[in-house]
Parts: sequence; C-alpha cells; structure tokens
Amino acid sequence: MSSQNSTLSRYGSSARPAPYPLFYPPPPPVDQIAVEERVAALGKRSIKKGAKVAGLTLAVRMMDLTTLEGKDTPGKVRQMCAKARTPLAGDPSVPSCAAVCVYPNLVPTAKAELAGSGVKVASVATAFPSGQSPLDVKLSDVRRAVELGADEIDMVIDRGAMLAGDYAKVFDEIAATKEACGPAHLKVILETGELGSYDVVRKASEIGIAAGGDFIKTSTGKVQPAATPAVTLVMLEAIRDHFLATGRRIGMKPAGGVRTAKQALHYLVLVKETLGDAWLTPDLFRFGASALLNDVLMQLEKERTGVYQASEDFSKD
Amino acid sequence: MSSRRTTERLEHAAPALDTTSKALATTSDGFDPSARVSVAKAYKMFVGGAFVRSESGRYFQTGGGRADGGADPAVVNVPRGSRKDARDAVVAAKGAEAGWAGRTAYNRGQILYRLAEVMESRREELRVALVRGGADVAAAEREVERAVDRAVYYAGFCDKFQALVASSNPVSGPHFGFSVPEPTGVVAVVAPGHPALLGLVSTALPILAGGNTCVVVAGADDPRTAVVWCECLATSDLPGGVVNVLTGDAAEIAPHLAKHREVGALDVWTADAELRALCEREGAGSVKRVRTHDGEAIERLAGDDGQGLGFIERFLETKTVWHPVGV
Repeated sequence: MSSQNSTLSRYGSSARPAPYPLFYPPPPPVDQIAVEERVAALGKRSIKKGAKVAGLTLAVRMMDLTTLEGKDTPGKVRQMCAKARTPLAGDPSVPSCAAVCVYPNLVPTAKAELAGSGVKVASVATAFPSGQSPLDVKLSDVRRAVELGADEIDMVIDRGAMLAGDYAKVFDEIAATKEACGPAHLKVILETGELGSYDVVRKASEIGIAAGGDFIKTSTGKVQPAATPAVTLVMLEAIRDHFLATGRRIGMKPAGGVRTAKQALHYLVLVKETLGDAWLTPDLFRFGASALLNDVLMQLEKERTGVYQASEDFSKD
Repeated sequence: MSSRRTTERLEHAAPALDTTSKALATTSDGFDPSARVSVAKAYKMFVGGAFVRSESGRYFQTGGGRADGGADPAVVNVPRGSRKDARDAVVAAKGAEAGWAGRTAYNRGQILYRLAEVMESRREELRVALVRGGADVAAAEREVERAVDRAVYYAGFCDKFQALVASSNPVSGPHFGFSVPEPTGVVAVVAPGHPALLGLVSTALPILAGGNTCVVVAGADDPRTAVVWCECLATSDLPGGVVNVLTGDAAEIAPHLAKHREVGALDVWTADAELRALCEREGAGSVKRVRTHDGEAIERLAGDDGQGLGFIERFLETKTVWHPVGV
C-alpha cells in the first residue's frame, strides 16, 4: 500500500473521498468460468479411508458450531456448548470444535459453559445480519460483546455501501470495528450472496483484509446462496495474493450451506490447493455450520464401524 | 460404446415392439416409417423421483431370449446398482419419510389410486415389458390386470386398515389403554424376479399403504418391467423418494441395506434361503424387523391370497398409550 497513489482513492464516493489508496494494485478481474471449472475439478477428488478420517477429524476441529436464531435460549446454547466440547459422547478420539458462535446476549452462557475447554466463544455483532445501523451502534454492539466475554467477533460489512461503490465507508467501518474488538479476533462477513459477482467479492475481500480483519467469512447464513466453493476459492485467492505481497496470513471461514462431510472435504481440498498446508489449522480456517457436525460424525462412525448410520442416533444441536 | 450401439439396434428389431411399424407402408405424404432413426430406451434406476444410472457406472445385460424362444431376443444394458446407490436410495427414502407418513391416510389412498390409473393407461406397455421378459402373452395380460387391481385394492385400504389393527384395551386397573399403528419407517425390499410386475406391486404397495417409504431391489430376471413400472410411479403424484427402485444383483445390494442403520425393516421373503439368512444376520446389528419366509410361496402372489391386511400389518409398529381413566 503506497500512499503516493492517492488518485486511486477516488474509487470511493465523490462526496466522501477515501483516505486510503484502496486498490493498489487494482484487484485482478475474476474469471468466473475458470473459477467454477477449477472448483468443479477439485471437487472430484476421491478421499477415502485414512485420509477421509484425518480430513473429517480436522473439519471437526475447525468447526464454529453456530446458532443464530431469535428463538435461541440459554438451554439450547448450553446443549450446543456440550456438543462442541464433546461432539461424540463416548468417543474421545473425536476432538472438540473450534468455537461456538452465538448472539451477544448468549455469550455469557456460552463462556461459562466452555470455561477451561479451549473452545472459543464467537459472537456476531455490528447489527448482524443486515449491518444497516449507524456506526456508533455497531461499535457499541462490538464492545459489549467483547465485554461479555467473546473471544472472536463476526462482523458484517455494509453491503449497501459496498454495492454503491462507497468502499471507503466499508473500509473505515471495518477498521473502526477492529479497533473496538481490542484483543478479540475479527472475522469480516462479506455476505457474498448479496454482492452479485465474483469481482465484487474479490474487492470486498481485499477491503476486509486491508482494513484489519483476521478472517474473512462468506456469509451470515441468513441469505441464499450462502457459502459456495466457487466464492470461497475467490476469497482464498485474495488471501493468497495478500500473503505473497505482505507475508501476513489471513484466515478464511465459509459459513452457511456446508451441510455434508463430502462438502467439507471439498473445502479442505480447495484450501490445501490454494494456500497449502499452513492454512489447514483451526487458527486459519473455520467452518460456520450447525448441521454439518452430525453428518461428519455419521461418516466418522461409518468409517469406524463399517455400517451406515441413522440420523436419529446423533443428538440434535 | 460400439457394443452398446449394437444392443440398441437389436432392441429396435424386437418383434414385440415392431408390429405397428411393419403394418405401416410409406404414407401418401412420403413418410417412410422404416427410415426412422431408432430410439432405444436407456434403462435407469429410480431414486428420489429421478431416473439415474448407477454411480458405479456398471451395467449388466438382460434379454437375449430363452431356450424356447419365448422372450425378446434383444440384449439391453441395465444399471447394476452398488452399495453407494443403496446408500443414496436410503437417503432419498429417509428424506421422503416424514412427508409421506405425515399425509392423511386418505390422501395416501388417493395417490395410490392415481398410480392404479396410470398403470391402467399403460397396460399395453407393461404387458409388452412382461412379454419381453419372458412371460407368455396371456399370462402377461392377466398379470397386468391383477397388478392394477391390486393397486386399487391397496389404495382403498390406506385409510381403513387402522380401524382393523388398532384397539382400545380395557386393562385391569384405574387406567385405559389404546393401541394405534404407526409406520416402521424406511423398508428395504428384495422383489422377486418373477412375477416381475406383480412381485413389485405386491411387496411395495402394502408398505406404502402403511405410511412407510421403501427401497426396492428389483429382481434381476426382468428388470425392464421394473423400470417401466417406475415410469408409472414417476407420473402418479407419488412424492420423490417414497419408492426407490434399484436394479442389479440383490445378493450384492441387500446385505448393505440390511446393515444400514437408517433402514427400519427388511422384506426379503421372496429371496433365496442364503440371502435371507445373510440379511437376517446383517440386520441383527440394528435390531431390524426382517420378514423372511413365513411359509409363503411366491406363487401365492398371483392369487387372491397374495394381498390382504397381513401384508400391510407386517411393517407397522404398534404404539400403545395408557391413559388415566376419566381424562
């Protein structure tokens, strides 16, 4: 980011010029067909036996077990926390999940339940899921969530500003949110289902990374389509290019729409092929999911016993 | 590929199908039926309401005629279902289970009656399929009629069997009990090779009438009739996944269905003794209800005692509720 290219700041709205040279060098155009072909090709890999078990075990360790509903109760969150600590009762070979992801009001419940387990508590904030509130409201949302004990904050970007071309506003809000997070990790939700094209996704990824996000995340889970392998690949490539330019490692989190073990392995293949083994860790890759965990557990049990499992045999939530 | 082309040609030359085109000469407008491109059917399995090939890409061949020359001489490729096809079919059947069991019994009856209507309108096609599979013409005609009648029979039974198998139980004590039937869930069926159509109808329909969904392994002797019957299912308002029909080797597929924990029960009474025993053993791990040989004979299916309440009752679970008297 060199500051002498100030003319590039005119990418921001004319009423409010961006104080940062946002796109230098400008993001490469995304070849939609090539991205989708590559994703489809990588999705055809057959991962069996030992590699499958290793991949699925890693997927459990990378999982942000999520419940983000108006009807969430402390009881439901406690149950989910128990599942995140011990995904498969009676089988200690299945590791704990990475985190649970809840609304701010339920952070204290999750925090108490997960004390000493190593499982982190993530909270959505910044007027999730729309992000259509004034900045001071969003920032106080973030500060309160951190005060309540959240280790990680999942923020949403202002998609309206993004689509209107007011990239400076998007950048400034992310930067302000990062500051408000303090020690908490920041995941920046782009809500790719609302961004319209891979080019916009790429731009939003670069803004999220440049403004200080520790992770970039596809979706809130409230909009369809949510995470897709193609959009994930576009974001992974933004992360790769940032790493090659700066040496800084940004994390990735596809969320929403990842429901089966097979899909999860597909995502791991994408990460491995785009970013390499360094990213195959819960510190740099997460799945935001709820239904995925049970399918992964069913597949792990299938591998252990040789028998296809019944969904009724696994606890819901 | 080249061998496949050959089989397609052969099938077009099948005598049972060719009678109409022989009768037509070139018409006055210059249309020559014999110059038409052959349109051969790709036989596929029926899973989740769609016609699919085996994920394994394997086929087996059927047809080729019998020693007495009674059957169609064409040889065609039919998918050879695999373990994973069985898994996919169970997923489809499980997904359809709540919707099918949740309909009113009356509506299930309406849908099965619709199936009978579609079968009636496709009687000729079903008959031709059976003849190709080796049945003689008169027997095929009778089998189709019997199959349609049986579909009507089970359509009518859908909302009536409950009254026959439920009970109110005056028990000794200050309580009252009543027992109601509930569907078992996903039922896996090994259908007999012959009678091909009546075997499918007689095993699958009572299971559906009870509110279950099913995965049927069609007999390998005449899988084409099963596929034609699936075309009736596909056009009869049955929701996708309620009936799933796999073709292939039952001895290969059925043990996987028997082991699968999502499958609630097995109907293998028309299978051979070795496969029945194997399914019972494999099914034991998940304590499945396994219907094997209850002194029944496949010949029974052709007669009036090939249908009845007993066929429905085999895949029902009885829920008994105790009530304090006065509530």
